[in-house]
Amino acid sequence: MIAELGQFALIMALLAAISQSILPLIGAERLDSRLMAFGSHASLVQLLFVILAFGCLTQAYIVSDFTLLNVAENSHSTKPLLYKISGVWGNHEGSMLLWVLILALFGAAVAAFGRNLPVTLKARVLAIQAMIGVGFLTFLIFTSNPFTRLLVPPENGQDLNPLLQDPGLAFHPPMLYVGYVGFSVAFSFAIAALIEGKVDAAWARWVRPWTLTAWIFLTGGIALGSWWAYYELGWGGWWFWDPVENVSFMPWLMGTALLHSAVVVEKRNSLKVWTILLAILTFSLSLIGTFIVRSGLLTSVHAFAVNPERGIFILILLAIAIGGSLTLFALKAPALKSGGMFSPISREGGLLLNNLLLSTACATVFLGTLYPLFMEALGGGRVSIGPPFYNKTFIPVMVPLFFLVCIGAYLPWKRADLVGVLKRLKYAGLAALLALLIAWYISDGGPLLAILGLGMATWMLLGTLSEWADRIKLFRAPLAKSWQRAKNLPGSSWGMTLAHGGLAIAIIGMISTTAWKVEDVAVLKPGETLSVAGTDYRFDGVKEITGPNYSAVEGTFNVSQDGVYMATLKPEKRLYTVKRMPTTEAAIYSTFVGDYYAVIGDPDGKGGWTVRIYREPLVTWIWFGCTLMVFGGLVSLADRRLRVGAPADKRKKKKVREAEA
Amino acid sequence: MTRKSRRMYIIVVAFVLLASATALVLTAFEDNLVYFYSPTDLKTKQVTVGRSLRLGGLVEEGTFVKLDDGLSIRFSITDGAESVPVSYKGILPDLFREGQGVITEGSLNEKGDFIAHEVLAKHDENYMPAEVIDALKASGEWRGDEEGQTTK
Repeated sequence: MIAELGQFALIMALLAAISQSILPLIGAERLDSRLMAFGSHASLVQLLFVILAFGCLTQAYIVSDFTLLNVAENSHSTKPLLYKISGVWGNHEGSMLLWVLILALFGAAVAAFGRNLPVTLKARVLAIQAMIGVGFLTFLIFTSNPFTRLLVPPENGQDLNPLLQDPGLAFHPPMLYVGYVGFSVAFSFAIAALIEGKVDAAWARWVRPWTLTAWIFLTGGIALGSWWAYYELGWGGWWFWDPVENVSFMPWLMGTALLHSAVVVEKRNSLKVWTILLAILTFSLSLIGTFIVRSGLLTSVHAFAVNPERGIFILILLAIAIGGSLTLFALKAPALKSGGMFSPISREGGLLLNNLLLSTACATVFLGTLYPLFMEALGGGRVSIGPPFYNKTFIPVMVPLFFLVCIGAYLPWKRADLVGVLKRLKYAGLAALLALLIAWYISDGGPLLAILGLGMATWMLLGTLSEWADRIKLFRAPLAKSWQRAKNLPGSSWGMTLAHGGLAIAIIGMISTTAWKVEDVAVLKPGETLSVAGTDYRFDGVKEITGPNYSAVEGTFNVSQDGVYMATLKPEKRLYTVKRMPTTEAAIYSTFVGDYYAVIGDPDGKGGWTVRIYREPLVTWIWFGCTLMVFGGLVSLADRRLRVGAPADKRKKKKVREAEA
Repeated sequence: MTRKSRRMYIIVVAFVLLASATALVLTAFEDNLVYFYSPTDLKTKQVTVGRSLRLGGLVEEGTFVKLDDGLSIRFSITDGAESVPVSYKGILPDLFREGQGVITEGSLNEKGDFIAHEVLAKHDENYMPAEVIDALKASGEWRGDEEGQTTK
């Protein structure tokens, strides 16, 4: 009964979305306030029905209702509750339902928080948002119905892929989706602006918090996914340039560019056409990501099912959304009044360069990800493109960007004095040089590129800090005054410092762990010791353990350095009983300077076990840096001037601006 | 600077960036495209020794040998028609078994043996890489259903 209720709710949501995508548009055209207001109500109704549908599916998972095909295929009664719930989106149908839920959530949020939006703009934004909803609800109902019943329900379910039964992966998809789908708001705003033919500073101020929200979640989602890959797959790697990783990374790159270009629109009323295009492209890349992952074109843990019908459906959706929006862009963009041009050496010039570099970098990832698909489609044989390609294309494009980040942050609007800025950065430069020498000394002249990279990341970090110190006049004014200034810094300024600093820290982690990772594989008998990078790992044997839905072999390692005990590592090799599928659970001892990582493999039949040990220097810095970036985003989002719906107090704003200048 | 020259400046910067990115991509493509070969392909096509490539098929039954060091492994990959000996050192993916589909990345040595530096992990026991299915279909050894995929 509950499943039928869910099915009914989905259909009602579709009807609400259809009316929401038509009536407000007509209302905005005829300036009919009743029709325009309809959009807000419809978006709430749509959200309520989607929540109801989602709740119904969740309930079916919690009570293990195996009369539902979806539950039977992806759940099992012995599965822990957390994974019963995360199982809702651990499969194709459920994950699309989650997609639609988040889309409806964003639509309703625009309706609720956008009280001070111009009514026509708001009506149009909601209509566009609903159109996307119509597309995906149709997809859900007609090709991927999560509420399909089974005529003969099985005794028990087939369980969720054990790799997905992990706390990190329980939250990775929702976060990533909030990121992906969040860009739909920027997209809807862009399309609405094209229809209205008007883009101004106010428009940019409305778009920015939504873009920022999406960016925060996407950053968090990607970081969580990479962390999961690091500890769950047992390969000691954190990024593989796997196509499914790339498709989440591309919207991130474009979204980051959008975040920066929207500032230019807001502050200088320039780069308008470009910003609109970026908003369209960012969401298009999110859609392409969904398409690639969901259509099964790529095979991986994310490819839940391969169904050509669905692939074609998504392809059509994609063609309508991307083709339609780009056509509209081509028709309407020339009519947008272009803003003033500006000097290349200025804040806006720097932001433009940031945009150019980010989009170029995104283009290289796009080529690398899609080229194998094109090749295959054209009958050119199967090829794959691995990390070496990206090391030679993506990284050279990003290096100048990293190098320029702290210079750009120093540049004032309109016109800047580059020599003066460089002078103020001289200490950061000297310190970075020092860091470079230290890295060179410690690593015994190790890989030159890595050492240079560390110098660059240090430059980025210190340059960012020095800009912050200059802003609050640290050491040049009494400390109390600096403290006062720091407290008065606007949230967006704090956010910038945190995000840039976090990026620099993450890069330091990425470079160190890539260049100085030590890996060793050996067969150990209980009592034997393996020495890796100066640390001793004594293997103390294995024992059998049982979990709720798996049995496992657990190895014990005593980790010590120069005879001093450091930690006990207990890696497992699990066998999930329902799927008869083995998984590797790495054991990791994390410290500030690096991780000690152990994996246990198979017995050799003669009393020994294959073990693999990794020493990963500074690897945790990657996720610490990402956390800082997310935090920076949140701080910036809390900025009063950007707060959604907060009416701008003109006098106060002026004061803040003056304080900033 | 006039308005026009500023615009030119931006266009030039964008153009230089795009041109260098294109150059980077083209040179990187040359060396870093990894082609997929079935055992039959490997036997019939001319393959440069040492060039990185992917070899996929089924792990041939009865060929899996673990050498004395406990880490080095030898097995053969077959597509039913041809079979290529592979050697690899390291921990195998959890789901590696004889008779299962597998993809390895590595290169040929002078003797025609395939030295794998990576055995690609699969995420699901029923999953058969699409490349392997095609290779098996090509050699007439495919016995699955038409769709071939059972990723569920």
